[in-house]
Amino acid sequence: MSPVPLLAVENLTMCFGGLVAVDNISFTAYRGEITAIIGPNGAGKTTVFNCLTGFYRPSAGRLAVHKDGEILQLERIEGFRIVRRAGIARTFQNIRLFAGMTVLENLIVAQHNPLMKASVFSLAGLLGLPRYRAAERAAVERARHWLDRIGLTDRADWLAAALPYGAQRRLEIARALCTGPALLCLDEPAAGLNPRESAELNDLLLGVRDEEQIGILLIEHDMSVVMGISDHVIVLDYGRKIADGTPAEVRADPEVIKAYLGEDEIDNAAEEAPLRPLAGREGGARANGAAA
Amino acid sequence: MAYFLQQLINGLTLGAIYGLIAIGYTMVYGIIGMINFAHGEIYMIGAFISIIAFLVLGLAGVTYVPLALAIVLLITMLFTSIYGWAVERIAYRPLRGSFRLAPLISAIGMSIFLQNYVQIFQGARGKPMPPVVQGGFTVFESGGFAVRLSYLQLFIMLLTLALMIGFTTLIAVTPLGRAQRACEQDMRMAALLGVDVDRVISLTFVMGAALAAVAGLMVTLYYGVVDFFIGFLAGVKAFTAAVLGGVGSLPGAMLGGILIGLIEAFWSGYFSVEYKDVSVFVVLILVLVFCPTGLLGRPEVEKV
Repeated sequence: MSPVPLLAVENLTMCFGGLVAVDNISFTAYRGEITAIIGPNGAGKTTVFNCLTGFYRPSAGRLAVHKDGEILQLERIEGFRIVRRAGIARTFQNIRLFAGMTVLENLIVAQHNPLMKASVFSLAGLLGLPRYRAAERAAVERARHWLDRIGLTDRADWLAAALPYGAQRRLEIARALCTGPALLCLDEPAAGLNPRESAELNDLLLGVRDEEQIGILLIEHDMSVVMGISDHVIVLDYGRKIADGTPAEVRADPEVIKAYLGEDEIDNAAEEAPLRPLAGREGGARANGAAA
Repeated sequence: MAYFLQQLINGLTLGAIYGLIAIGYTMVYGIIGMINFAHGEIYMIGAFISIIAFLVLGLAGVTYVPLALAIVLLITMLFTSIYGWAVERIAYRPLRGSFRLAPLISAIGMSIFLQNYVQIFQGARGKPMPPVVQGGFTVFESGGFAVRLSYLQLFIMLLTLALMIGFTTLIAVTPLGRAQRACEQDMRMAALLGVDVDRVISLTFVMGAALAAVAGLMVTLYYGVVDFFIGFLAGVKAFTAAVLGGVGSLPGAMLGGILIGLIEAFWSGYFSVEYKDVSVFVVLILVLVFCPTGLLGRPEVEKV
């Protein structure tokens, strides 16, 4: 089966004043594949996500989404329409759940558009008309399905803020999935998870990829996740793309090793440290470990 | 005892009116973090629209009181909502994303504008309104003092109760209510999930204005006279009610409204009518000094 392109990023550039955060990047993400974006801190990974989800308007370049045989220009779609029109959902590095709402409500808010339509701007909802009841039942059903997948069914009525960290991460992913996305963008979903939790995350993501046949775009520092589940890895450094290929190809790429470890290997790292973010080195050390 | 009960009834009636206005303040604050100082004027416009509606219905020959009340209620809510929507659209939306004080200043400007607009088009003199709902019954009598509950007071309390129930349902279980609560917590995240944030904010203003319109109608019926300046005092008192209950909390706004109504009624009943407004503002000062989060408010959590 030849992969179906889902998102084609062409010559994406994003400048903030004089700083070029993303410099002429092109890549393609496919349906039914997990595409990982890796790179040292400050490489521009999250900026790419912010362009995809309408937080930033790209300085140059095209973001084309293939949906139902049409090609949509993502950068021309207004922020809140992206999820419905282009089917892109995302999670955040720092978790952004609706802390004061219950776990179940978080998942139902994600189904706002179909519910709003079924309820005719909430009027039918207020009157409790059958048409809306059915739509709401379907929404709860869907929410329950994902709760079941992430193992939070028994905590559906908890406030989201009361969940432990790992469960909050899973809930955020479930919330993004409840929008019924074609492309799921995950910003460091494994950050702060213990090894068991990140193994569970791997299973969840692989399951989602295979069952839903959606594309997943993944920013991650945890190389056990990246190398374990990605079909396709893109490496960014200083806003440029330096490698693109299967995990095995990327791991062997000299450019990548250089970006992560620096030109003259580790003994010079201390001198170079002020110029380069430290966490990038940590990621690099882990990458190296995974590669070894 | 009888006197106390009478003041309680009067206070609850007044409190229902304040509470309805206070909800508009609290909802808008909850969602965009701004005090809508033009809200009192929206209430005043509601009062004027209700008088005009009564007049037109009278000319049209609708004399059956419950029918007239229902029609006036709907007309008032509809037209006042349009004002509420327009105020947000003209004075606040263009300033979204600007510095925090900008919409506040714009709100004060809007308030002055609306006052003068009504003054010019309706005249500065008070508009009288003949009593529409008359009569009442005696709850009980003791020592020659009869505790009266008028039908109008009953109508005000019951209508407020009904609106509160409908409103709480709307916030709790409908998609719009859920979207409002989501926007309150994280507007950008809500937008990412497909919530049209601008529309939700517009509808919040519309809902607040509709409730203020009901309060305007009630005050027209209750006091029988309306002028272009009533929005200021009622607005500040309702704001006090919102602060007392905890700005951002809906049940708090209602509770605060009722408490302010009771304080005012008891103060006028037992101390002096002249200083009833002072009693309310003393409460505002005390709350702000000793309990700034209000009775049911949550402490402000700094967003990261």
